[in-house]
Amino acid sequence: MVKQIDIIKPHKIFPNQDLVCLRTMVHDDPGSISTYLKVGGYEQLKKILKKKIKPEEILAELKTSGLRGRGGAGFPTAIKWSFMSRDYDGIKYLVCNSDEGEPGTFKDRDILRYNPHQLIEGMLIAAYVMGTRTGYNYIHGEIWREYEIFEKALDEARDHGFLGEDILGSDFSFDLYAFHGYGAYICGEETALIESIEGKKGQPRYKPPFPATYGIYGKPTNVNNTETFASVPWILEHGGQAFQDLGVENSGGVKLFSVSGHVEIPGNYEIRMGTPFSELLNMAGGVWNRRKLKAVIPGGPSTAVVPAALIENATMDYDGLQKIGSSLGAGSVIIMDDSTCMVTALKRLSYFFYEESCGQCTPCREGTGWVYRVIKRIVDGKGTMEDLDLLTDVSKKISGRTICALGDAAATPVLSFIKHFRPEFEYFIQHGHSMIKAK
Amino acid sequence: MIHADDIKLIDKELKKFPDSQKRSAVISALRIVQTRHGWLSHEHISDVAHYLEMPEIAVMEVATFYNMFNLESKGKYQITVCTNISCMLRNSDEIVQHLEKKLGIRFGELTKDKKFSLKEGECMGACSGAPLCLINNHTMHEHLTTEKIDKLIASLK
Repeated sequence: MVKQIDIIKPHKIFPNQDLVCLRTMVHDDPGSISTYLKVGGYEQLKKILKKKIKPEEILAELKTSGLRGRGGAGFPTAIKWSFMSRDYDGIKYLVCNSDEGEPGTFKDRDILRYNPHQLIEGMLIAAYVMGTRTGYNYIHGEIWREYEIFEKALDEARDHGFLGEDILGSDFSFDLYAFHGYGAYICGEETALIESIEGKKGQPRYKPPFPATYGIYGKPTNVNNTETFASVPWILEHGGQAFQDLGVENSGGVKLFSVSGHVEIPGNYEIRMGTPFSELLNMAGGVWNRRKLKAVIPGGPSTAVVPAALIENATMDYDGLQKIGSSLGAGSVIIMDDSTCMVTALKRLSYFFYEESCGQCTPCREGTGWVYRVIKRIVDGKGTMEDLDLLTDVSKKISGRTICALGDAAATPVLSFIKHFRPEFEYFIQHGHSMIKAK
Repeated sequence: MIHADDIKLIDKELKKFPDSQKRSAVISALRIVQTRHGWLSHEHISDVAHYLEMPEIAVMEVATFYNMFNLESKGKYQITVCTNISCMLRNSDEIVQHLEKKLGIRFGELTKDKKFSLKEGECMGACSGAPLCLINNHTMHEHLTTEKIDKLIASLK
């Protein structure tokens, strides 16, 4: 186990920022339990247990807050929690999905290393509401250090009596364990993640039955994203309305945006929902090297790419991004400047989906391979104009024909890149090389 | 035979799950064994299967599904470089070319002295540090430059 963990703050916090999940970051040693206690940490848990607050009251606050699943699907959290039957007195499980593998997504990693205790408190509250005694946090394989940090945070929480039997002298018991993945994007899909916890290949299950009735070992299971759980203690402290008011209609609260690619200061920016895109880009220092913005993938590659002209006046919230034909996803904002070759970029994304397809459904297993090979053919200078129709055709045949959303995710970049940047693909096919001159 | 220290680590993982669900510790057990040996031989797979009371084929399925497991020797230091979009936009290609030239190997290959191997990685969920690489699945090096690569390689004895 690591004893001393060096924390390097990756980017600055702006004075007008409303911090929820990263609120410890203004302090030294943000990830420690002493810092979390200093900012009012574990107070909500104490209050709930002392006053025996009814789970229905907590659910009502969550509903008012407008909190929606931060992993990408955006499903209202209060409703998801209410799917878990409190009357069922058998074993139930609670799972946190920290398996970030969607390219450009790295927000949960910062919660794990800078504010792990807020996640633990959020999970404790969720366990109290849903009546679960056991939880797991599934952590992405490649971030070993964060796994160790989280294990250390769990030890600290146990030492302080926040985890275990009869927590703080109440009759509420809950224990939480870290689970380390080992390299499979598909395990971010909740039923694949459940299979993985059961010690199997991470292949998604048919739904229904949904995890709330048939999850880990066939027991009712609730799965939520790291940022979703970590938002809960703040919501209970300040009230659901206060959280909703930070955002806009349909998109309550603040959201972590992972900004990567061609910006001066890549990093996580926790900002109010509805913030203009231009403001977020400014926080990240603008496009690097004073270059011009060309395109943005606003929510990770499973959301549609949009050209600069479309996003420059957009706002960062569920409806704002839907209006320009994309979506918020996990808030993974990938910035591309005018030196980016969209054909080459799409080739890399297509390889990713081909590599990460679990192989269970034929349209996805075969289709992602076809798509990759056709784009590679274009990049190798051997493409034909018919290839563009072929790419569109194959992608549409994957979409909607698979057990999980990876199939749709694989089709989205192909369709949106060709839609918005078709002349660039045509140029590549006609000339056998990119229209973008090397930097 | 699983090393006695590794048995202790696996037993710690087993405590996270119900007694009847030893299989849930298989990813951790394989990771622990691989961390010691650098890769998973048939014997290692068999040892893990025996210890967790699982069919060998079920362990093999897991070892072949998750892409951080190695089913052949990858040398003393396996360097996995992410080339996915956020790293690509920040010139991971240059990092890859520099490593390939420096080590005289390409992705998927092992140096003759069996010291280094190179692997193309998928997104590691740390794109604020792009371009980046992972040494032996454990240590991440972020904001890579060719100078940093030179220092890193020199530090790996």
